[in-house]
Formats: sequence, structure tokens, C-alpha cells
Amino acid sequence: MSLAVRGLVRRFGPALALDSVDLAVRGGEFVALLGPSGSGKTTLLRMLAGLDFADAGTVEIDGHDMSAVPARARRIGFVFQHYALFRHMSVFENVAFGLRVRPRASRPPEAEIARRVRALLERMQIGALEKRLPEQISGGQRQRVALARALAIEPRLLLLDEPFGALDAEVRKGLRRWLRELHAEMGLTSLFVTHDQEEALELADRVAVMQAGRVVQFDTPLALVEQPAAAFVAGFLGGAARLPAHLSGGVLAFSGLPLPPLSAAALRGAAPPEGAALAFVRPHEWALSPAAEGEGNARVRSSRPAGGHAHVELDLAGQVIEAEAPHGLLRPGQPCRLEARQARAFAAPS
Amino acid sequence: MKRPRRRDPLPGFGLSLGITLLWLGGLVLVPLLALLLRPLELGPLGFWHSVTEPRVLASLRLSFLGALAASAVNLPLGLLVAWVLVRYRFPGRRLLDGMVDLPFALPTAVAGLALTALYAPNGWLGAPLAALGVKVAYTPLGVALAMGFVGLPFVVRTVEPVLRDLPLEAEEAAATLGATRWQAWWRVVLPALAPALLAGFAMASARAIGEYGSVIFIAGNTPMWSEIAPLLIVVRLEQFDYAGAAAVGLAMLALSFLMLLGLSLMNRLWRRA
Repeated sequence: MSLAVRGLVRRFGPALALDSVDLAVRGGEFVALLGPSGSGKTTLLRMLAGLDFADAGTVEIDGHDMSAVPARARRIGFVFQHYALFRHMSVFENVAFGLRVRPRASRPPEAEIARRVRALLERMQIGALEKRLPEQISGGQRQRVALARALAIEPRLLLLDEPFGALDAEVRKGLRRWLRELHAEMGLTSLFVTHDQEEALELADRVAVMQAGRVVQFDTPLALVEQPAAAFVAGFLGGAARLPAHLSGGVLAFSGLPLPPLSAAALRGAAPPEGAALAFVRPHEWALSPAAEGEGNARVRSSRPAGGHAHVELDLAGQVIEAEAPHGLLRPGQPCRLEARQARAFAAPS
Repeated sequence: MKRPRRRDPLPGFGLSLGITLLWLGGLVLVPLLALLLRPLELGPLGFWHSVTEPRVLASLRLSFLGALAASAVNLPLGLLVAWVLVRYRFPGRRLLDGMVDLPFALPTAVAGLALTALYAPNGWLGAPLAALGVKVAYTPLGVALAMGFVGLPFVVRTVEPVLRDLPLEAEEAAATLGATRWQAWWRVVLPALAPALLAGFAMASARAIGEYGSVIFIAGNTPMWSEIAPLLIVVRLEQFDYAGAAAVGLAMLALSFLMLLGLSLMNRLWRRA
């Protein structure tokens, strides 16, 4: 199975929901579509499934153009954000639906349907729930039913819209790991939509970062974090501070902030052209030291434990900066000296 | 000593139930009781003879079968109207939405006269239909037509909120699972709407059975042919046969009750299945 999207455009009235999207997914890949709400990721997913139609561009699966193929003939599994389970059907009937609606010639006999549905329910660890109605089970269980229902048609491609969006943190974590394993074991090709960068980076083989209807960067999680291709990606991932700066003679000076400038050696990634720039500094890229009263360039607003270090919020000339520091180094209200150890810089948008 | 009372998170039960019972009692129960007692003057045998007169049986048959037939036609039509109102956005939708309720609001006699004028053999619709050999006014068909007119809003208004509540995603999910449009309708949409459809059918039928004003003009009221039971009650009243009128009323009440009970049982069976 391979998926190729070329120049996909979708307009909603005057607004461009998708602005010439290109995307190529290989068989067996687990791909995340990551972006803020309104970036077009759900629209893209719906078009792949045949639930929405392009104004321009093509979607190809295994080299076949899908534009004339209706949703029901695409064999693409879709898990909806709110599951869209059939309320009046039991869990068993929900999962069996895709088999029962097949034309008589290709419909498996009743015993075969039952066998396959039960095997899927067992695989999803919800075998005991087959007689329940969707309203009688928990959110995490509904998620598994929706997944089993989509997998029952043996889809060529599995699409998941915000698969963990409606679940609480604990369930979300467990289900995430489980979905990752399921994907590998069943040899699926999957695309999922999320606005949660942690989720995307943890789960996906490759992540397509979307902004305003375009794919800004499509790369592995490591490459996205290490070599963001655009200011948007650098700012969206990793909780980086976004600071105005100016680049001249290879030296990056922060504009309007009491921070020491950075030499060329401290700049990561490709250097932008000289002139106005945007600098991104991640929380672990700051150097912090306590300062005497009346000295230093920043003041600690708050400090709370986060794993092996303290998560510190600082006031830098009115701007809030988030940084990591060793436990016990800084107290709230204390003045301190703040310095960027390294940064990524991009040409400032004009 | 006062017993410590458990605090109710939803206070006011006693008061609201009291008012409900008083109101229902005065408005519904007492008149019904009178309806029950009045025919007793005839004695059991007299009552039986009174309601099994051929003319009474014919009128009861027309009222009930006409109402059921009209509601059976209203069911798909009302569903269609509700579907159009909920699922599509088009200019004039609000106007159409308001028009659905007109049969509620229109004085029934006005509706009856309008229908009669339209469908009379020399009316706008009656004349071409008569040329085709279909007679509507002054026949049981006309009776059913008027009953359908008053019943339609009941079906539309009971189905509409349930349909609005039905997520489009369920149909989309059916499509991605390989279902045709027809299968999605039959297996996903219709079962979800069934309870509402049945309730709408019951209300439309109940209204049609008791309908008087809009039916009597178009019915022509030929005894044994196009005379509805409510009219027969009025006929008996005009002959000062109060007990006989009440007897027909009681028969209608009993039949209506049985019908609604049957529909509600069907609904319960459906939910369990």
C-alpha cells in the first residue's frame, strides 16, 4: 500500500482549507498529521477517506487515482474523533457492520462473521463487551470498538481523527502504547490527526506538520526537533521561546531584551540571511545562575518540580521565559542571570 | 420528636405532584369519568345495541381506518419534510418550517372548507382528478385526506429533534465501512428514528381519529359511507340522545386506548431488540 497526495486544494467559500498539499506515505508507515486547530489536518483526512472532495489535486493509492472512487469502495478504515458508533447496535453488531453490508457474493457466512468479529474484539481486549450498547461502555472501550469496526473491513489504510482527544490522561497513555504495538503487529499503514506534539513525536514514524492548509515539514520526529525547516515548526515543537533578534556578522543579538548576544557557533541549524530574525530557545537551552539583589537580568516568577529538574518561569524584561534548572537552585522572587546557550534562528517574516 | 428527613437534591416533589394530579384530575379524569357513567343509563345490553348499530360500526371503521391510513401516508411524508428541514440549507427554509405548523394553527373549519373547495368536483384539484375518475370530496378518500392534513405536523415535529440529534458521522462511518446510501439509511438512520416515527404516528393517528372540523365539510357525511364517528356523536346529541352519544364516545375512547397501548408495546419491543 502506498499513498500519494499531489497538489490537493480544498476551499470553503473564500477560505483555503487545504492549499496545495503534497504527501507521500509508504506502506507500513505510521504517520501523524500535526498542527493547530484550523490547519486543515482533519479536512485532509476526510478527503483521503472520500468523505470530502478536492477542488484540485489528486489522491492516489497504489498508483490508482481515487477521485472517482466513492468512500464505500475505497477500503479505508476511519476512526472518528467521537467514534460515531451506531447507538442502537451492540458492540458485536457495530463491528460486524462492515461485513454484513457487503454484496451477497463476497459476504462471509454468519459463522465466519461471528468468528472474525470475536477475534477482533479479543484482539482489542474487549471480548466481554460484545452484547453491550455503546452507551453502556467507557470512552476508552468505545475507542477500541471504533477501531475494531474499522479494522473489520481489513482496510488498506487506517485513518484516525484525534484518536485520543476525548480520553483522560491515564487512559490516553496506555492506549497510545497499545495502538503503536497494534500497528506494528497487524502491519497496518496508518495516518492519525493530532494537535498534541508529544503524541505525534512519540507515536509516529514520520510527522507532517501542518499550518494554514499547507504541510510545512514532513519528517521523522528526530529531524523535526533537530532541524526544523521553518520558524513555525521551531516554534510549535518543544515549547521554545520565540524572541525577536537581529543577525549581523554572524552574531545574533536579541532585540529589546537584556540578553548577551550569541556567536555563530551557538546557532544550530542553517543560518538565516543577515538582518531581522526570529530566535527560538528551548527550555533546556538556557543557562541560569542566581544573582544578588539588584543584579542579574531576570527574576524567578515560579518554580515547580518536573521530573529530574525544576521547571522555572522567569520574568525577562516583562517577557515570560520557561527554562529548566536543577532542583533547589532558584526560589520564586529571586533575581538571576539568564543566558541562552544555543538557539535556532530564522529570517523574520516580513 | 421530628424524624430527621433525608434532604432531597431535587426539592418540590410533593408540591409539583399535587398540582399535576389536581390539574389532570379536573381536566382529564372527571370528564372521562362522566363519559364512562353516562352510557350506563342504557344498561349493559342497551349500551351494546347502541354501539353495534350498523351505522355506528361503519362510522367507527371509517374514523379508525381512515386515521391509520392517513398516518401511514404521513409517516414517510413527515420524515421527508423533517429530513429536508434538518439536513439542507436553502432559501425559504424558515418559511417552510413555519408552514408545517399551519394545520395546528388554522381553525379547523377553515381548513375543512378550503380542502372541500379545492377537491370538490368543480374545484382546482377536484376537476382534473374527476376527469381521471378519482373522486376525492364527499368520499372516504376525502376523509383520509383531511385527516392527513391535520396529522402531518405531529410526525414532522416528533421526528425533527431526533433527526437533528443524529450525527452525520454515523452515516459517514457506514459509508467508509462499505455501506451503500440505501444500506446506511436502512440500517443506521431508520432504526435510530424508529421510536420517534412510532410516537409521531401515534399522535397523528390520535388527532385524526378525534378530528371533526376539518373533516366534516369534505366528508359529505353520507351515513354508512362517509360519516365519521365524531359526527355521529353530534347527530345523536342533536336528537337529544345524550346517552347514545356518550356510548359512541366511550367506544372511541376504548379503541383509541387499545391502539395507543399497542403502539407503545411495539415501541418497547423495538427498543429491546
